Amino acid sequence: MEPTQRTRLAGIANDIRAGILRGVYHAASGHPGGSLSIADILTYLYFKEMKIDPENPKWEDRDRLVLSKGHCAPALYAALAERGYFDSKELDTLRKIDSRLQGHPDMKGTPGVDMSSGSLGLGISSACGMALAGKYRKKDYRVYSVVGDGESEEGQVWEAAMFAAHYRLDNLCVVVDWNGLQIDGPVTEVMNPTPHDEKFRAFGWNVVTADAHDFDSLEAAFQAARACKGKPTAIIAKSVKGKGVSFMENKCEWHGTAPKEEQYRLAMQELGRGEDK
Amino acid sequence: MQEKIATREAYGQALVDLGATHDFVVLDADLAAATKTCKFKAAYPDRFFDCGIAEGNMMSVAAGLAASGVIPFVSSFAMFAAGRAFEQVRNSIGYPHLNVKIGATHAGITVGEDGATHQCNEDIALMRTIPGMTVVSPADAVEAAAAVEAALAVNGPVYMRFGRAAVPVINDRASYRFKLGEGVTLSDGSDVTLIATGIMVHMALEAREMLAKEGINARVVNIHTIKPLDAALVTKCAQETGAIVTAEEHSVIGGLGGAVAECVSENCPVPVIRVGVEDRYGRSGTVPALLEYYGLTAAHIAEAAKRAVKLKK
Repeated sequence: MEPTQRTRLAGIANDIRAGILRGVYHAASGHPGGSLSIADILTYLYFKEMKIDPENPKWEDRDRLVLSKGHCAPALYAALAERGYFDSKELDTLRKIDSRLQGHPDMKGTPGVDMSSGSLGLGISSACGMALAGKYRKKDYRVYSVVGDGESEEGQVWEAAMFAAHYRLDNLCVVVDWNGLQIDGPVTEVMNPTPHDEKFRAFGWNVVTADAHDFDSLEAAFQAARACKGKPTAIIAKSVKGKGVSFMENKCEWHGTAPKEEQYRLAMQELGRGEDK
Repeated sequence: MQEKIATREAYGQALVDLGATHDFVVLDADLAAATKTCKFKAAYPDRFFDCGIAEGNMMSVAAGLAASGVIPFVSSFAMFAAGRAFEQVRNSIGYPHLNVKIGATHAGITVGEDGATHQCNEDIALMRTIPGMTVVSPADAVEAAAAVEAALAVNGPVYMRFGRAAVPVINDRASYRFKLGEGVTLSDGSDVTLIATGIMVHMALEAREMLAKEGINARVVNIHTIKPLDAALVTKCAQETGAIVTAEEHSVIGGLGGAVAECVSENCPVPVIRVGVEDRYGRSGTVPALLEYYGLTAAHIAEAAKRAVKLKK
């Protein structure tokens, strides 16, 4: 990747991280940890990979994204705002009674949200349905879905994995956000869902591993997904929960807790966004 | 002798007939031979997708198809469509109000010998609580075919309830007109109204004959759409006949009886007696034996009607 491109994406990812914090701080609730871990993945998808048009969110030939780990909606909203689907000021309304930004993604209310999600395990199946619709209609759009590593403890994820391989949905690319932590602790201690690569491979998928915070690594993975024909691709993306805010990194306490005022100030300072309050 | 056809047969045939002129796909979970979507599979193999024995995934896949502009009919047994996959139906399909049609067969106890685990007496209650869900329970093959066509004509989720066992055809194929949400008064009466749905409709008509012999003039209403309920018609029946009996092949909790009782108590309180499966599970048996065992016969409806008339002020 060109250094200028890398710098540009890093800047956007930083803005998205600031947007995540802004949302959950003003909501005084939400899920910053897993949102921060997927900030670079969503940056790459919305600013490099996906064929989309913010002026026409329902464009039928667009690429689609289903955030199967729907609790990380703050990251999705920040990415959509950054991409121009709505004003970033709206991020301050997250989870408020009159807001379009629900606690979990609502496709009816929020421009750019392709599928309602949040109940774990359901989104990846809906992404399969979208990919099947693309095949059925002979469209060349692609479908992306971000699945949590903890989420993969849901049996439905594997029902979907069987389905996608069976119908050879090579227009489907699932990214497993492997941050290693869930609410009750490390995923390997709560209910070990690893190894994801071997499992998806055994289900008949093309499997690629990536560093979720390295744009060159993500680019190689998404290119490999595009190049693979006849099989869906799973990108097992090793990430850091809370990435970008030192005191939130690798702490499951930050799964579903909003920062207090002083923590918010410090976090925004780390992102070089002290003025954004 | 009256012609008898299972509503699931009519469902499968309706899919084939409509498939010639309408663009939709059909999903099933390894039960196509039983739900009768196998007919559609044979006619349009490129538009049929077996999802294997994974109903939860199937419902969310259907949501993804609908969100991408492809209308899916999704079939399994009522127990698994409404029961096992309840949460997927609610969250993937209901919450975004997606255009998915659920064709659930083998509803109620007339599943027969397979017994309790496969006899779903709770599906109407479950589906009725989902905001925006239309719930249809056809009485015979004619109404079943009409319901499938009507479901396809509306934009939004529809749950259709079909049975395994052959039941009498009571509607006239040529003249029957079906409208979602509109109850059908099959015969007039002034002493009590028998409000029935599904396979209990023809039994309500038989019960009317029994009651007539005892000097009770019963009205019979077929409520094929349980949600949205024809509240105007139900209220009118309460006002004009002063007593109601509901009859359904479903739990007495939360189904047609529940919906009618809610409506009547809010709009025109009169006695409502619910005929249905009491608060218990099904069991193995032949269809006639089961209907007798669980009190789902014309005689039981007539008995309930006499009690309802006695309760009138």
